[in-house]
Amino acid sequence: MPPAGAPGPLDVAIRDKVFTTIDGVRLAAIDAVAFTATPGSFTTLIGPSGCGKTTTLRIILGLDRDYTGHVRLPAADGRIAAVFQEPRLLPWRTVEQNVRLALPEALAGADLDALFETLGLAAMRGRYPGELSLGLARRAALARAFAIEPALLLLDEPFVSLDEATANRLRALLMEVWSARPTTALMVTHNLREAVELSDRIIFLTERPARVRGIHDIDTPRSERDADWRDAAVRAIDARFPGVL
Amino acid sequence: MAPDVAAGGRGRPSAGIAPALVTTLSLLGLLAAWWIAAVIADSRVLPTPPAVFDAFWRDAVTGELFYHLAMTLMRVAAAFAIAMIIGSAIGVGLGMDARADRFFDPWLILFLNIPALVVIVLAYIWFGLNEAAAVGAIAINKIPNVVVTMREGARSLDRGLSEMASVYRFGRWWTLRDVVVPQLQPYFAAASRSGIALIWKIALVVELLGRSNGVGFQIHLYFQLFDVAAILAYTLAFVAVMLLIEFLLVQPLEAHATRWRARPA
Repeated sequence: MPPAGAPGPLDVAIRDKVFTTIDGVRLAAIDAVAFTATPGSFTTLIGPSGCGKTTTLRIILGLDRDYTGHVRLPAADGRIAAVFQEPRLLPWRTVEQNVRLALPEALAGADLDALFETLGLAAMRGRYPGELSLGLARRAALARAFAIEPALLLLDEPFVSLDEATANRLRALLMEVWSARPTTALMVTHNLREAVELSDRIIFLTERPARVRGIHDIDTPRSERDADWRDAAVRAIDARFPGVL
Repeated sequence: MAPDVAAGGRGRPSAGIAPALVTTLSLLGLLAAWWIAAVIADSRVLPTPPAVFDAFWRDAVTGELFYHLAMTLMRVAAAFAIAMIIGSAIGVGLGMDARADRFFDPWLILFLNIPALVVIVLAYIWFGLNEAAAVGAIAINKIPNVVVTMREGARSLDRGLSEMASVYRFGRWWTLRDVVVPQLQPYFAAASRSGIALIWKIALVVELLGRSNGVGFQIHLYFQLFDVAAILAYTLAFVAVMLLIEFLLVQPLEAHATRWRARPA
């Protein structure tokens, strides 16, 4: 189902983002980060810990307005969904209530059966988040993000601190729900294998203050990215950008 | 899918019979200690339980006791509602605005330390010996405590959840109802708990000083008559009312508000 109105690219240009710490020290978080993401593509930001990846996401989300530069969203007033590092579910609402609360008016009362079924949450709809494992809570956060049919989806290390099997299953689920409806997605991670598996474009950032170190586009269809291909791709990237592994 | 769907709902398992038994034994022990002490002392100023019950019955059959209980209860309820509403509003405001908090903090400390008696006396002098002054004086004594508790609650609001609400465009009303209020609920419960106990004690002083009805007025009357049995009868009757409110109103409400919490997976 094509979205109403032709979505444009996500266009981000952030310069000189500075934090002032509690003791009054000024800390340069971002020097210059500029990139675009074509409509319906999956882009990943990779960089060392604390390099300003999450700050970039927060600026795009509109949670931090204190920066120089610009952020142009795919659709001017399109919906944005975020999957944070922690699931950020309301503990006093059930899984289904958490998802429904995020729905915009246009989608109120939407049929969520298929989404819950795909994400394996059908049996968990009436549970409270405190009763879920981290993996299940992350799935609920994914369900919330996709339920609102966003124009832009931001993911902040959504699979961190999960065991590898659970993370793999969740990545597959992410791809399944993401490809069901064209959505521009931007993910932050420090896991290169994950980025290679999921992305159309990988953007490498330097140490803080962040600059774009290089951009790596992947044209291979996701269906052809088997384990051997991934190993080769990771080695190729490691040769091009030493130290990212 | 997982086969354990049916497990949803139902509260925690019943607390069992043992705690209730312990409570009963404990109260009976207290009653026995009082009874023995009263018999040994054999004095007008320490009546036995049956003497207190006689005093209770004397005023109960005329309806007088229930009238005074109702008057006190009305003042407690009104003052409680006013204190919780005003105190919560101020407390949440201060908790969210650090600059206002720094400015008004000395005021708060001042009000926390003004003795209840002073507030009551001044209220009667400034506003006259009327119901509004009485209820207002009780509420003012309680408001600073509510402010302090609710301010703590507002300070500890989860930023992550507020950001989530803003990203998903919850809007003001939904953010308040589904994100802010549930986080403040435990603080509100704590403030009400300590509130009811404090308020009814202050209510008696207010009635003693400037009202012509209520439990406080009756206790003052029986104090002049040196009728300790009647004083204890009124006190215990009102304590019983407050316990009923605690068990039939406060605890069920709280269990309902926190039902999402204590259900181990």
